[in-house]
Amino acid sequence: MSDYKHGKIIGASRSRIDGPKKLRGDAPYAADHHLPNMAHAYGVFSTVASGRITGIDLSEARAMPGVIDIFHHDHFPSLYRTPSTFKQENKVDETRLPFEDAKVHYPGQFVALVVADTFANARDASYRVRVDYEEDEAIATLAQAMERGEPTPHADSGHTRGDPDSAWSDAPHRIESTYVTPMETHNPMEMHASTAYWDKGDLVLYEASQGVVFARNVMAKVFGIPPERVDVRSPFIGSGFGSKLWIWPHAVAAAAAAREVGRPVQLVVPREEMFTTTGHRPPTHQTLRLATDANGKLQALSHDGINTTSMVNTYVEKTGSCTKSLYACPNLRVSHATLPANHGTPTSMRAPGAAPGLFALESAMDEMAEAIDMDPLEFRRANYTETDESLDLPFSSIHLMEAFDRGAEKFGWSKRTPEPGSMRDSDEIIGWGMAACNWEALKMDCDARVSLRADGTAFASCATQDIGTGTYTIVAQAVSDITGLPLDRIEVELGDSSYPSGPVSGGSWATATTLPAIAQAARNAIDALKTYATGDGGAFSGSEADTLTFADGTLSDGNGKSVDYAEVLNQLKLANADGEAHTPAATNDEYSFRSFGAHFVEIRWDPGISNLRVSRVVSAIDVGQVINQTTAANQVEGAIAMGIGMALFENTEYDSRSGRPVNNNYAEYLVPVHADQPEEVDVILLDHPDYAFNEFGARGIGEIGITGLAAAVANAVHHATGKRIRELPITLDKLMVT
Amino acid sequence: MRNFAYQRADSVDAAVAAHSGQSSSFVAGGTTLLDLVKLDVMQPERIVDVRSLPLYDVERLDDGRLKIGAMVTNTDLAHHPIVTENYRVLSEALLAGASTSLRNKATTGGNVMQRVRCPYFRDGVSACNKREPGSGCAAIGGLNRSVHAVLGTSDQCIASHPSDMCVAMAAIGATVLVSGPNGEREIDFLDFHLLPGDSPDKEHALEADELITHVVLDAPIEGNRSHYLKLRDRASYQFALASSGVVIATEGGTIRDARIALGGVGTKPWRAQRAERSLIGKSAEQASFQQAAELAFEDAKAYEHNAFKIPLGQQAIVRSLTTVTA
Ligand SMILES: Cc1cc2nc3c(=O)[nH]c(=O)nc-3n(C[C@H](O)[C@H](O)[C@H](O)COP(=O)(O)OP(=O)(O)OC[C@H]3O[C@@H](n4cnc5c(N)ncnc54)[C@H](O)[C@@H]3O)c2cc1C
Ligand code: SF4
Repeated sequence: MSDYKHGKIIGASRSRIDGPKKLRGDAPYAADHHLPNMAHAYGVFSTVASGRITGIDLSEARAMPGVIDIFHHDHFPSLYRTPSTFKQENKVDETRLPFEDAKVHYPGQFVALVVADTFANARDASYRVRVDYEEDEAIATLAQAMERGEPTPHADSGHTRGDPDSAWSDAPHRIESTYVTPMETHNPMEMHASTAYWDKGDLVLYEASQGVVFARNVMAKVFGIPPERVDVRSPFIGSGFGSKLWIWPHAVAAAAAAREVGRPVQLVVPREEMFTTTGHRPPTHQTLRLATDANGKLQALSHDGINTTSMVNTYVEKTGSCTKSLYACPNLRVSHATLPANHGTPTSMRAPGAAPGLFALESAMDEMAEAIDMDPLEFRRANYTETDESLDLPFSSIHLMEAFDRGAEKFGWSKRTPEPGSMRDSDEIIGWGMAACNWEALKMDCDARVSLRADGTAFASCATQDIGTGTYTIVAQAVSDITGLPLDRIEVELGDSSYPSGPVSGGSWATATTLPAIAQAARNAIDALKTYATGDGGAFSGSEADTLTFADGTLSDGNGKSVDYAEVLNQLKLANADGEAHTPAATNDEYSFRSFGAHFVEIRWDPGISNLRVSRVVSAIDVGQVINQTTAANQVEGAIAMGIGMALFENTEYDSRSGRPVNNNYAEYLVPVHADQPEEVDVILLDHPDYAFNEFGARGIGEIGITGLAAAVANAVHHATGKRIRELPITLDKLMVT
Repeated sequence: MRNFAYQRADSVDAAVAAHSGQSSSFVAGGTTLLDLVKLDVMQPERIVDVRSLPLYDVERLDDGRLKIGAMVTNTDLAHHPIVTENYRVLSEALLAGASTSLRNKATTGGNVMQRVRCPYFRDGVSACNKREPGSGCAAIGGLNRSVHAVLGTSDQCIASHPSDMCVAMAAIGATVLVSGPNGEREIDFLDFHLLPGDSPDKEHALEADELITHVVLDAPIEGNRSHYLKLRDRASYQFALASSGVVIATEGGTIRDARIALGGVGTKPWRAQRAERSLIGKSAEQASFQQAAELAFEDAKAYEHNAFKIPLGQQAIVRSLTTVTA
């Protein structure tokens, strides 16, 4: 609908409408539900990384106060696996059910579950469950996995055009580098948690979930009941970064336990186990080869990535997903392969594939630019393309050049002196680096309902979620845009699988997917109102519905008669006028839909005390129409913080002997704190609507900000120190001159 | 967490009397104890709450020393005017530790007594001589980059002492006052924490059921300047990879008195006395600082992942000395 014109509310700066509820403590999270007669479950988790359970001694634990039951592989109901398909909306990353058998595939795997009257009693008893194992040799790290196995290729996610290998060998300038990224753990503030109860065969599950529809469908498959008998609720979550996209074993364990003990059961996954049994970003090993002609035009590019997956499922970290199409290059290959390790199953973490992948690609671009003595920004400009060469389709809307220009201008890039170590400020050496960012734009099928209510308010609902990003607010903005009602007269409910089917909050597609459905439902509600108004006893009885106009909450007939819609409804004694809508997924037969951007980063390295910090970031981001300046800028600022974590700190470390993670807590797994935030963070939102993608012209903004950031930091570090760090995180010991 | 008996003591004598051996623990701020109890690493059967004890004062003694009650919180101590005025190194060390909310809870006595951050100690299952004497030390040959020492280690334990506050106290010089079943006694601060040696489970000089009542700081050195520098990966909320607390008095560019203590690199709050002596009478310049830094790590022994702590610790010394003498 290219002629669609948006009013002032789209693109405005608005605070989150759910903010006051959160401040008042009126926003219940999954573990905030305290149901009558509720029992608490606490897991017993494997202390070995590989092997089998040879015995479980429950005598001491059973005798503990408050213990109701203790489940394990010999005492657990027989359930079914979900077929795990995205199309059927029942995907998970780990299909194995808890307590399926005596096998142990990773440390931190559920081996027993104590249900007791209180949380403290359940935990207390869990420490007294004695489990004996027959331990096998474990594969604990990517390095061990690479030593011991041959990677399994996953051709379906790869891409080849031209002849990259010979083009590379024949080119006048070329580089080859290998980059390694560590395992990272999502670490949302809110713990994974499930509160489950059964009511006459129906399951109600409060789950910390980024996807209530998928969660409902999975639970229905697992328990072998129709999806209508399952309701999954997740009105508020303390973020997930991808770890809460799919159902993990704890939710199945909690729901099964609730059915078995005949009481509501609450299970909170302890922080340590959020490093093992609820997903992680797998470690990657990526080899890149780049070659250019004499003018700095890329002639060959290959990007071959390997990641570890679990022993029970295959998860492919598609590190080459952006490499396929970010730059013009006639000879190109991306490939992905996996190796099994004794880890829980990996899962999507903010910008899966792209975050580690662009660390490698955008570091390699810097190395290539250096090899041909070209400014890194100029080198990227020289390889700019408006065609997605992997699909042979034009990009629907690309403003990467503007992102380069405005970012560089704001940052002051032209003042950069290229020689490493050439920019100083007393004890500190300053480094300036940049990198492009990139993310795909996706739009899924979506249903929504909007009601115009007799009390003068509107109500919108959809089974998508607000994961702390502002979805409640932008849904209200879309309703306001169509109806003209102010935000304070619009109520929004999300995060309940009984609402019209909405998308998973992931892939940065919730905005592009949900808003068109909401807008269409609002229009349909207005149409329903017009039909009522022109029917018997209506305020415009006798007029034709299509002669009426609706603006700012008022119906008018063009002959001078205007009636407030609440009055129209009240006159007819109607509660509301409802509209439902379905909007389809986007298909890319004409265009390739992607978002773009550029990060410019300043770091300061004090070699006298080996202190490294990021002091300044300018990011120019091209994501189509920005719906809400405040929440959009928040997303990029948060992603920059997370990107700094990825660049400098994050690393889930496994002991290669025991196979256990060692820094699985909030004190030792380092994420950036306030003091690590740069003094200056400038987010420039280019704001060019992409109407080929959807009627709002919005492409989504949750993930793009983290892509490329680690490379920009690494490039800045190289500029300051002359050291090229190809293995994240960039810790001070890697930079010390010893 | 296991169930335990809980008792709140309202006098020092009552606290000592209520504490009965190995299976008892005092609790003050609880920021170390409760974590370890929840992790099932410490399993006290009886917890004696000492927060009602009248040990909240900071008072200057006639001889110029500063007597600090064991219950004084890290926050209060860091901001106490006498401390900010005369013992800057201590204030800076306290404020470099943990986070605001933890410091509001943490007490002087509890901080002296905090346990190591070695992950193998805290996981409850790995071989660890400190948690389970004789079981071995998983940190040797394991992941030992951040919270393991290069000074004072033994082949039984290499965990670094985590405290920042104690580093400053070691530099200043202090006495620990304790009260026990046999009455009161004093322990020199430098003798309070023990090297792991063959018995890493024995961490300090307290005898059975003894309670720390005070820490008394030595009188400030005439004309001193002091500073605490903590080096770590992230800018806050991380234990020291290496830190240096220095107290220096100079006269006409010559060093008259010097105290250097190190954190993050030693198995106890580490006083570098040989390095200090090397500075006396020298002029306050880079060459002397560098020499002192090298002496401080003369006996250092690096493990698989922490060799960088030796140059990093030296950098901490040189920069902190440069700062106080600038
Ligand atoms: C996440 C985190 C980060 C931290 N970061 C830092 C840091 O960067 N730097 C740093 O220095 N510290 C850090 N700490 C440690 C913190 O400083 C200590 O936990 C705190 O000082 C302990 O004091 P407390 O009063 O809470 O002790 P408690 O937990 O109450 O007690 C600790 C121990 O001391 C014993 N005890 C307490 N009082 C007495 C007494 N009067 N006499 C005898 N025994 C006693 C207890 O029995 C117990 O064994 C951190 C802690 C956490 C949890
Ligand atoms: S270093 Fe000390 S605390 Fe750590 S495992 Fe070894 S003995 Fe235990």
